[in-house]
Amino acid sequence: MSSLTADNQTKKVKTDQFQSHDYYQVDDLLQEEHLLAREAIRSWVKSEVSPIIESYAEKAECPTHLFKELGELGAFGPSLPVEYGGGGMDEIAYGLIMQELERGDSGIRSMASVQGSLVMYPIYRFGSEMQRQKYLPRLGTGELIGCFGLTEPDHGSNPSGMLSNIRKDGSDYILNGSKMWITNSPIADIAVVWAKDEEGVIRGMIVEKDMPGFSAPEIHGKWSLRASITGELVFENVRVPGENLFPEIRGLKGPLSCLSKARYGIAWGVIGAALDCYDSALRYSKERIQFDRPIGQFQLTQKKLAEMITEITKAQLLAWRLGTLANNGNASPAQISMAKRNNVLMALEVAREARQIHGGMGITNEYPIMRHMMNLETVLTYEGTHDVHLLITGMDVTGLNAFK
Amino acid sequence: MNILVGISKTPETTAKIEFSEDGKSFKSEGVNYIMNPYDEWYALVRAIELKEVHGGEVTVINVGTISNETVIRKALAIGADKAVRINKETSSSWDTASQIAAYAKEHSYDIILIGKETIDYNGGEVGGMLAEHLGVSFISFASKLEFDGSVFTVEKDIEGGVEVVELNGPFVLSAAKGLAEQRIPNMRGIMMAKRKPLEVIEPISDEGFVTISQFTKPAEKVGIKMVDPDQMDELVRMLSEESKVI
Repeated sequence: MSSLTADNQTKKVKTDQFQSHDYYQVDDLLQEEHLLAREAIRSWVKSEVSPIIESYAEKAECPTHLFKELGELGAFGPSLPVEYGGGGMDEIAYGLIMQELERGDSGIRSMASVQGSLVMYPIYRFGSEMQRQKYLPRLGTGELIGCFGLTEPDHGSNPSGMLSNIRKDGSDYILNGSKMWITNSPIADIAVVWAKDEEGVIRGMIVEKDMPGFSAPEIHGKWSLRASITGELVFENVRVPGENLFPEIRGLKGPLSCLSKARYGIAWGVIGAALDCYDSALRYSKERIQFDRPIGQFQLTQKKLAEMITEITKAQLLAWRLGTLANNGNASPAQISMAKRNNVLMALEVAREARQIHGGMGITNEYPIMRHMMNLETVLTYEGTHDVHLLITGMDVTGLNAFK
Repeated sequence: MNILVGISKTPETTAKIEFSEDGKSFKSEGVNYIMNPYDEWYALVRAIELKEVHGGEVTVINVGTISNETVIRKALAIGADKAVRINKETSSSWDTASQIAAYAKEHSYDIILIGKETIDYNGGEVGGMLAEHLGVSFISFASKLEFDGSVFTVEKDIEGGVEVVELNGPFVLSAAKGLAEQRIPNMRGIMMAKRKPLEVIEPISDEGFVTISQFTKPAEKVGIKMVDPDQMDELVRMLSEESKVI
């Protein structure tokens, strides 16, 4: 693990004073391995992420050296089996790892979510044994970086309308089309890509970066997830060997099952961002003096803090229960949608309230608040928008589909 | 090389310190505990590094109740091979040293490492007492420990310089900053730790020499008081009655 290198360009590298908050003693519901995993990732974030993150976010640069470290820690696909590069942990451990990473930054959590849930998971679940052996161990260590291509420029919430397509040519397939908003794509070694075959059936495949006709230009100008790299995937007659296609899986349920995994991780992850904002606001409210008293003594500050910890506590309980369901394989996609939607908005609102408590300081990079807030604006609509998740719940409770 | 490492559990550095009504015990409610950093970052990690080069086994030992097992499991996750917990709420440094010595006498260790002090009571006594119990050398505050296959070389910082000591095992060493660098356990280590042996043994009977009569917190630091230039009498009164300097 590389030693801490504080960036000179960041004006002030403050010590990360974060302390977690557990108002309802949810920790009592956790096992030893969960506590150890959380503590390990928290220590790593404090020593390797916090000192550099403001600077990378400001420069809109991805700290790519962290991939290997995340791999070494075992943050990629922790709930996959050990023999395929995972950690053999349960879903609650996976959730807590995401929470601690996102406590550092949603972009760092995104690096790990994509690699674990959207690249390693589909290869493990849908890949042939040869594909698993070829890619998973090296993805697990961070030696290879992966990305996931489902969303297209004109097909976001409606992925089944995708235009990317494959045409059979001997034992190979010719891939054409483009994908948009792809986390990690410009630096990825492989992409898990979903495209329609000649019959219009969605198929999944692994595309390698040096296949002729494949490019991944970076998307610039983001005011959110600035420490995470995002790009497009462009396929112009890319020849993909037949052995690179996932053999069995057909249709949208393939990519959607991956998204369920990633959304599950987000439902946990954003609690980390919320805790970081709350923790900073709580500390600031006791230190900042106005009218000869700490601002935490004023009723309106207390209202904000009390509502923040109430909402965080509810989100923690929701995530924990979802985790126990997921451990038994019983977390439905609709239940995951509810938790993702609720917890992301909760975190965004906590960030906004925390920003007000910090006053002007809240908009500077001396505090993590504004960075979290800007990040969470993305998290609100990626991996299923806030509105679409609402309609998934709506469809689930009424049995009526609002998408058609 | 077989190495025994003593580890203890301490409140987190940011924990709020409160004592019971009678002042005789520490209030542990709501306090987060960690492994004592001198035990973890320096003693344990250096032991694991030596094992990685020279082979052998690292055993961690703790005197404490079942609530200490998360900390013990963390030591296993970092890379210790096995653990022993002596099932007793320890009453003093003497008690801890006696309990560990009783176990160590039954086994043969090339060296025994322990943090230079715990960050709660800062006693720094266990290492020396343990060495005395076992009748072996004791090196305190070591910031470097090397082994060339036959002789150990230890460095310790002293006033104005460094003392270099060469010696053969067995000995007890207390670890100071610099002996090694913190290792964060990875997820595979955490899962492997679940399957490593953690033996629980009953304590030897030991009459404590120490009873706690009172804990008190240091007086709160008083901030600077500003006195209006018109209130000279008040300033003189404060200097005389409150701070008693005139």
